[in-house]
Amino acid sequence: MSRVVEITRAGVTLGGRPIVRDVDVTVDSGEVVALLGANGSGKSTLVKAMVGLYPLSTGRIRLFGEELSRFQEWHRLGYVPQRSAIATGVPSTVAEIVGAGRLSRRKPFVPMRREDRIAIREALEAVDLADRSHHQVSTLSGGQQQRVLMARTLAGRPELLVLDEPNAGVDLESQQAIANTLGTLTAAGATIVVVLHELGPFADLIQRTLMLREGRLVYDGPPIDPAHPDHAGHHHHHRPTTPPLLRPGVRAPFDGGQS
Amino acid sequence: MDILLTPFMIRALIAAAVTGLSAPAVGTFLVQRRLSLMGDGIGHVCVTGVALGLLTGTSPTFMAVVVAIIGALLIELIRSTGRATGDVALALLFYGGIAGGLLLVSLAGNGVLALQGYLFGSIVTISTSAMVASVGLAAVVLVATFTLLPQLFSVANDEDYARTTGLSARFYNVLISVLAAVTVSVAMRTVGLLLVSALMIIPVATAQQFSRGFKVTMLGAMAAGTLASLTGVTLSAFADVPPGATIVLVALAGFALTFPLGLVVQRRRRAQMPFPVQDGFETHEHDTVDEPHRHEHGPGCGHPAVEHGDHIDYIHGGHRHAAHGGHYDEH
Repeated sequence: MSRVVEITRAGVTLGGRPIVRDVDVTVDSGEVVALLGANGSGKSTLVKAMVGLYPLSTGRIRLFGEELSRFQEWHRLGYVPQRSAIATGVPSTVAEIVGAGRLSRRKPFVPMRREDRIAIREALEAVDLADRSHHQVSTLSGGQQQRVLMARTLAGRPELLVLDEPNAGVDLESQQAIANTLGTLTAAGATIVVVLHELGPFADLIQRTLMLREGRLVYDGPPIDPAHPDHAGHHHHHRPTTPPLLRPGVRAPFDGGQS
Repeated sequence: MDILLTPFMIRALIAAAVTGLSAPAVGTFLVQRRLSLMGDGIGHVCVTGVALGLLTGTSPTFMAVVVAIIGALLIELIRSTGRATGDVALALLFYGGIAGGLLLVSLAGNGVLALQGYLFGSIVTISTSAMVASVGLAAVVLVATFTLLPQLFSVANDEDYARTTGLSARFYNVLISVLAAVTVSVAMRTVGLLLVSALMIIPVATAQQFSRGFKVTMLGAMAAGTLASLTGVTLSAFADVPPGATIVLVALAGFALTFPLGLVVQRRRRAQMPFPVQDGFETHEHDTVDEPHRHEHGPGCGHPAVEHGDHIDYIHGGHRHAAHGGHYDEH
């Protein structure tokens, strides 16, 4: 069992304000981990630090055993940002956006090879957008755009996927499509860290949840769904909820993970 | 027609063509990064470079390239450290550059008139060596732009994501800035420093009305830019008007003439955007359309077809009709 993510006493300070504080998390190969928390709890900030977009103010992060500052094997990492601005500015096609996902494996000045084209096509097929490759991204629906972001990351064939709220503003059909894609990847051995507001269609995939509150890790253990009473409009079934084991500062022991 | 075949016109046309090709290529990235005015900022900084050249008796063009690159790096530095937003960074350099240039020119004992050829372009007096330099610099810009297109596109389109694929966003941002600086120096002789930015931006605005993709936008902008440059120089030869201003006005006319058509194309594309699928949509009681349909909706039936989740809605008399079994539902 290899350690894929190792976060040790990590803190992130943005503009002088501590957002993430003293977080310890490890994720092993093949695990599917949901990172939950209210708005402003620091979950997005934590995953951005995890993929190297924010510097740490304290502690350290290792990916695949390598310090983030020295990390070079970017093709092993796949980040899916929340609500990217891909559809703004100069028009771009779905294929162009997804092609950017291959750059972790391509060298500068070397033209696109056959394997790149195959990876792009397969990534689009995986999110069910193969017929859209030459469409302008801004003419797609929000859910389809989120699937484009997903395909872009898949095109790089990463071992670790880090997704930031893939469900935000996305229709149920697309949510389900994304969850199905992740299911396939998990079966193939991928490691997944996904920031979620609620488990929703991901509930069956998640093996472990982390919960942040005010920048601190307050829960790490078997899946819980923060059953929000304000989702009466939903008609899917929340699974019978495990009582939320929210004991601040107490963490379930790492048992090496089962995967 | 003979006038077009005179040596100075041939040189002018060649210089115009390479400017028209390279300026929009770099401009496409500037528009994507919302730095449309960057070319203007660099142009103003170039005034200091030209003045330095005049003051020291060296080549104004060479000094313009050097100072433009320094200015571009400064803009990028100010922007990326977040000390000032992009447009404030540009404004600081605008005024510093042009004021510094005017001061240096007066120190050199030349009147401000010495700057005129650089501010407004002087393409018909371009020397063979200056033309060769323009062609060379434009070639550098185009080769760099096209060989690194995937990387430059990724960083301009989604900088954060690009960084997680191992690309150095700083390197590619600086590269675009340097390419913009070189382009400004190339275009200085053609349209002049004050109008340089127009040739970087207007063709992109024209092309993106019709294109779906980034590369196509770029190629379209290059075609539009080249066409405007060549037309402008030719017109100025016959009508005795300043070439720089004519080139920019032709480019603007191109945009203005295609604008109505662009509106139609944009409108049509927007009309085809899928309707959003609401959560819980499938729980709706479905409303059957009352009126009997005399024809079947389908591809090419004449009613606008819009995607809606897993099916197609047809816009029919202001209603959204979706086939359901043997009848149509109101969606």
